[in-house]
Amino acid sequence: MLDIKDLTAGVEGKTILNGLSLTLPKGEVHAIMGPNGSGKSTLAYTLAGRDGYEVTGGSAALDGQDLLDMEPHERAAAGLYLGLQYPVEIPGVSNVNFLRTAVNAQRRARGEEEISAGDFLRAMRKEAEAFDLTMDHMKRGVNVGFSGGEKKRNEMIQMAMIEPKVAVLDETDSGLDIDALRVVANGINRLRSTDRSILIITHYQRLLDYVEPDRIHVLKTGRIATSGGPELAAELEREGYDAISAEAA
Amino acid sequence: MSERPTKKDEAWRYADFDALKEHWPDSADRWETVDVAAGETKRELVRLLPDPDLVSDVTRLKVTVGDGGRYELFALAARSRYGRLEIEATLGDGAHFEFGGAIIGKARATNEFIVRVNHEQPNATSNQTVRAVLADKATGSFLGKVYVARGAQKTDGSQSSKAMLLDRTATANLKPELEIYADDVKCAHGATVGELDKRALFYMASRGIPPEIAERLMLQTFVAEGFAELGDDKAREALEADALGVLEALR
Ligand SMILES: Nc1ncnc2c1ncn2[C@@H]1O[C@H](COP(=O)(O)OP(=O)(O)O)[C@@H](O)[C@H]1O
Ligand SMILES: [Mg+2]
Repeated sequence: MLDIKDLTAGVEGKTILNGLSLTLPKGEVHAIMGPNGSGKSTLAYTLAGRDGYEVTGGSAALDGQDLLDMEPHERAAAGLYLGLQYPVEIPGVSNVNFLRTAVNAQRRARGEEEISAGDFLRAMRKEAEAFDLTMDHMKRGVNVGFSGGEKKRNEMIQMAMIEPKVAVLDETDSGLDIDALRVVANGINRLRSTDRSILIITHYQRLLDYVEPDRIHVLKTGRIATSGGPELAAELEREGYDAISAEAA
Repeated sequence: MSERPTKKDEAWRYADFDALKEHWPDSADRWETVDVAAGETKRELVRLLPDPDLVSDVTRLKVTVGDGGRYELFALAARSRYGRLEIEATLGDGAHFEFGGAIIGKARATNEFIVRVNHEQPNATSNQTVRAVLADKATGSFLGKVYVARGAQKTDGSQSSKAMLLDRTATANLKPELEIYADDVKCAHGATVGELDKRALFYMASRGIPPEIAERLMLQTFVAEGFAELGDDKAREALEADALGVLEALR
């Protein structure tokens, strides 16, 4: 479903992703782990098409569609979702308005019918509650006055409402206390489905205690250094990322 | 009739003189007077909507608010060439003056609010809120002065002005100014000129919102801040709708 081949990309002329290849089949959950600065967020932003992230080689396709050729909003409509490591605040634009505009823009882009205000609000209330937030939060400006953990849970609410084909969750688990981590993990498990793929970017093993990935990849200096089954997480926890570099070298 | 102003006149320094000369003095050199009696409240809405056939449009109001009276003025300035709204308000004891305005300009439009509030008596309050959205080579200006006379104790005057430049070629002149001769007063002012938050635009795009809709959503709420103090929901929504219409035609 998500096919990344030999991806080379960078910021301001500095190469950060260095020939990264990764295949995320339909219905699977993979995790990318790696030390700080290894390029995890750069991968996420490059896939989403953020300004300033320049692709100098390779390809990335979602369901066979070339992502790199599309504008960021077109990538979203094609089914890509990015949960941001640092969600943005947008004062004055309510979460409700923001998300409804997003859902309907995607539906229009795909030639589908828009969702009615009533149906949308009902669904949103349900998801807000599932992630331990209230409609009161949803009526406020996007992420305005939200704690770090609330912002991350809001990323999950948005994912649940948008129903993407491929979700890339960039450290959605960092900054969460243990209760919030469980809430997010339960959400990810609930949103796992045979026609959705999820790429969990994480720095710690913690989340993977609750969400068992099909595969784990270790990112080092802009490429996948090694891949393995779920048992790799515990190994990393024990031996650290440095052991991996020795193995890869 | 007075002489046609020049760039040297402080209150006219950002005016479009080419546009102005066609109308001076007939329409431009005229002050309307507004009197708000003691204890009364008066509210006015001014809409200077885009009009390609109108070269210049100058509205000048001299407002006197009696003791304990209240005057509210909300304005949208979006003339295609030159629009100017000038207000001089003189407040009695305990009176309030409220000004809320939005400027929206594109192409070579010049729109400006010139506001002078005279706190001649004690205990009066005034509040001015201006938001400007400027594209292309448009100019938007706010010259806002709060004058506090000797003896006008307990004056509270605040001004907030913000401009959003959609292109580097647009110009915003925000000049809040205080002239204070009393010692027991509270006056606050702020002025900022900025651009749309790129992080927010990317965030919206990553959710599937196309750039033109994302931009409009952000500008709509920004401009609405200019009308936030308008208590009548219906009137406020109508003004916001007019502003949205102008915003939609910006790009
Ligand atoms: N905007 C940027 N400008 C310059 N360098 C950047 C920028 N963003 C990230 N980098 C650099 O790229 C490398 C990878 O960063 P990042 O992708 O954020 O790593 P991770 O998410 O794995 O911690 C780091 O060395 C970082 O300093
Ligand atoms: Mg990161």
